[in-house]
Amino acid sequence: MVEKLKFRDPNLAKRVAEQIRKVTPKEGIVKICHVCGTHEWTITHFGIRSLLPESVEVIAGPGCPVCIVPASEIDEAVQLALRDVVVTCFGDVLRVPGSKMSLLDAKAKGADVRVVYSVADAVKMAEREPDKEFAFFAVGFETTAPSTAVEMMNRPPENLSFLVSHRLIPPAMKLLVEMEDLSLNGFIAPGHVSTIIGLKPYEIFPKMYGMPTVVAGFEPLDVLFGVYMILKQLREGKPRLENEYTRAVRWEGNTKAQELMQKVFDITDGGWRGIGTITSSKLRLREEYVANDAHLRYDVKVEHGVDLQPGCRCHLVIVGKIKPTECLLFMKNCTPQKPVGACMVSVEGTCRIWAKAINTLGK
Amino acid sequence: MCLAIPAKVVHLKEDKAQVDFGEGVLREVNVTLVNVKVGDYVLVHAGYAIQVLGEEEAEETIRLWNEILEAENKVRAK
Repeated sequence: MVEKLKFRDPNLAKRVAEQIRKVTPKEGIVKICHVCGTHEWTITHFGIRSLLPESVEVIAGPGCPVCIVPASEIDEAVQLALRDVVVTCFGDVLRVPGSKMSLLDAKAKGADVRVVYSVADAVKMAEREPDKEFAFFAVGFETTAPSTAVEMMNRPPENLSFLVSHRLIPPAMKLLVEMEDLSLNGFIAPGHVSTIIGLKPYEIFPKMYGMPTVVAGFEPLDVLFGVYMILKQLREGKPRLENEYTRAVRWEGNTKAQELMQKVFDITDGGWRGIGTITSSKLRLREEYVANDAHLRYDVKVEHGVDLQPGCRCHLVIVGKIKPTECLLFMKNCTPQKPVGACMVSVEGTCRIWAKAINTLGK
Repeated sequence: MCLAIPAKVVHLKEDKAQVDFGEGVLREVNVTLVNVKVGDYVLVHAGYAIQVLGEEEAEETIRLWNEILEAENKVRAK
């Protein structure tokens, strides 16, 4: 469809970049934060930062749902795997470090850990092998949580339980905007999370914090226009909520998905790796579904894990306080082949994306 | 992880659909979360269609971008 062809038009990009230069304030720094690993990929892969004036900084917030899973929750999955439960997870999760080991390390020790593309695959596996106990490690933001909800409503097989680690994005954005030392000037809100939640949850950012907020898509021109729209709002002095990604995001979001999520999940406080507890940011199974909760079924609960290995600065990268290149381990002790921190593991982690760009440029 | 890829619905049966990711890559996805018909474009994330893509809105976005850029140039030229 029109998607790829026109949304990457270099001539149009040049024209937007010119307009961006025109609306950029003459003095001071403008700091725009996005909260999505896919945005970071677009920005790095297409060299968007090189098109922006020096005074416009685009930083990456905690937009990688794999990177923010605290070590304690990885530890729980590892414990299950070592207790002969088949742990199914998305590929990205496999190498995320726990306090002592990752799921991949557990697999190397003989545990049955399997990568799935979708929660539906975990359901199929459990149905095919009724003699084994299965657990699905449900990681992901609002984009992914509805699929877990669908399978929960469909009554999953009895030998399948769930370790729910879903997190919500707007509470993390609220935390960022309240961090005084980050001093943000605008948000690029995550496009695919927004297909589910719609625009309403972002209303507080312009209203309460005077923060221009633009929901943007993932083609390079989407991001450039998002930046332009934020700068224009700043110039006009009228912060508001705008939707650049109209082809996928409706004001109300996906109401069917929202209803399912409400039926299946409660909202509770949740720990984010390197950040700490964020109020009302985690989903957990409602009482009707606790029989499917792997924590209860196997009595696993790890309260405290080791989120950061010595020297790792993931906690600062994850909130956009430093760039990956400002960590001493980056591309020295911590590489995509041998990651130390979670941000280097997932393909959506900021360090991993930067590492790939550096390797590509090097060639 | 929040990556979602556009695909065209080519066949529908209850809550499952065959979708075409382009260049003949077909896959079955779950369409419980959306109301779709054959021929629609959907965004697919981890095996589930999460939203229907508006082709008209896509065209409209491009048209709007050009309009904004032209309007800006006119304002500046005055």
